[in-house]
Amino acid sequence: MSQSISSQLVNLLAAFLLLLAFAMLSQRRILTLIRLFAWQGAALAVSTAIVAWSTGQTHLYFSVALTLLLKVILIPWVLHRLIDRLFVRWDVETLINIPATMLIGIGLVIFAFALAAPISQMANTLTRSTLGIAMASVLLSFLMMIVRRKAVPQVIGFLAMENGLFFAATSATYGMPLVVELGVALDVLVGTFIFGIFFFHIREQFDSLDIRHMEKLKED
Amino acid sequence: MTHIPGIAFQILQSMFVVLAAPLLVGWVNQCRAWLQNRSAPSILLPYYTLAKLFHKDAVIARNASPLFHLTPYVLFGCMWLAAGIVPVLATDLPFAPAADIIALVGVFALARVFSALAAMDIGTSFGGMGARREMLIGFLAEPAMLMTLFTAAFISGSTQLTTIVETLAHREFAIYPSLAFAAVAFLMVLLAENARIPIDNPTTHLELTMIHEATILEYSARHLALIEWAMAIKLFAYMTIGIALFLPWGIAEAGNWAALPLAFAALAVKLVLAGAGLALIETVLAKLRLFLAPEFLSTAFLLAVLGMLTHFLLLT
Repeated sequence: MSQSISSQLVNLLAAFLLLLAFAMLSQRRILTLIRLFAWQGAALAVSTAIVAWSTGQTHLYFSVALTLLLKVILIPWVLHRLIDRLFVRWDVETLINIPATMLIGIGLVIFAFALAAPISQMANTLTRSTLGIAMASVLLSFLMMIVRRKAVPQVIGFLAMENGLFFAATSATYGMPLVVELGVALDVLVGTFIFGIFFFHIREQFDSLDIRHMEKLKED
Repeated sequence: MTHIPGIAFQILQSMFVVLAAPLLVGWVNQCRAWLQNRSAPSILLPYYTLAKLFHKDAVIARNASPLFHLTPYVLFGCMWLAAGIVPVLATDLPFAPAADIIALVGVFALARVFSALAAMDIGTSFGGMGARREMLIGFLAEPAMLMTLFTAAFISGSTQLTTIVETLAHREFAIYPSLAFAAVAFLMVLLAENARIPIDNPTTHLELTMIHEATILEYSARHLALIEWAMAIKLFAYMTIGIALFLPWGIAEAGNWAALPLAFAALAVKLVLAGAGLALIETVLAKLRLFLAPEFLSTAFLLAVLGMLTHFLLLT
């Protein structure tokens, strides 16, 4: 009974994760984007905690704590500081036609679901049916990195992709070994800092965070 | 001959929907007035308005075609038919096999086509503009509505609204993420289709923003009364579809007449809450620019499609 209820809860949170991925894809304001990213981290932590509780995998609790600390508190805070210092707080980004992006997103979701269906049929874990959603959110974050022009949303897309991968690992094999997870978490943290430094350099060079300027190789 | 109680019930229910619809509109208006710190009009005001309009003489433009005269009756008929298909109080509806959810969406579309044609009939610029906008909203809202209904249809394995509601009301408690998606999408479609606030303001007559009101500007007296009444029935029908799909508990089953009072009480409570919720949405949201309406409705479509997809994925 509790097995089926926790499975349903994980499914619900997976659906919520997918919804958040789409919300991030369609979001124009950077501040809201960061808030959505924090929500995604929170949903991930809760679903991992449910998996840990119902399967008795104690090492997953460490990843829950790590996710909460890193992706819900620390990285959003760092990003907030960054956009304050860069004065891009009210940057409203113009995207290529949001409804079109959403339609491409639906196509990606169908592709991911079709890809995951045979895998989840063979698996017998609690979370087998959420693998498709995890893959879909990886692809959607990828799409977000492609269609964004400014640097900060691209980095948020990258971090969201890591969220998706983490969720995929949890749903396919009940999470990676703790050492790997620690390493990945450290990588993400260091990556965020390096990106932050990069932002300042890009801005100093081009007076803008629009990465189209980086396509020019020579000074005119 | 076994159908006679069913048919009696069918007639009773359609009459109930037609008569109670203005009350729901009055309740929504009252809630909205309270939320906006105004003193509220009587909850019976829509009835008084209808009575007043029915006693006036109709003024009709000289170049109006028969279509213009016919449209209010078509609108009212369509909405009445829709009210006959939707299981409001019980699932025992002998008319229901005549039309499933796809036909139901078709009935609403028929009403929309007639209202747009009649708006263009006189040849005023507002009418044409309103008709164009109405069709824009309609063609975006319709696929989202269909997808929402399909999600529920997949869960119950039938496109018959009464069967869907029976299945959903009898399932054991389980969390359906797909239904949650579909519910949000349905709410967005409901707001758009009934000319409610994020898309259209039902109380405005400002030229640049009105959508639905622009299509009925040329109508007066009994024609206007019929159209307003039809719109009230449409709102009632949409709300009861939403209630039947997403909160079906308490609905009376086929042949169980004793459950009717309970079903009636449950429906009244749900409608009171839904009306207050609608008034709240209309108070806290601002009207979207017209060019953002496609984005709003494509979001609804997206949610509905996601609901359907997650249904397939999380089935296991």
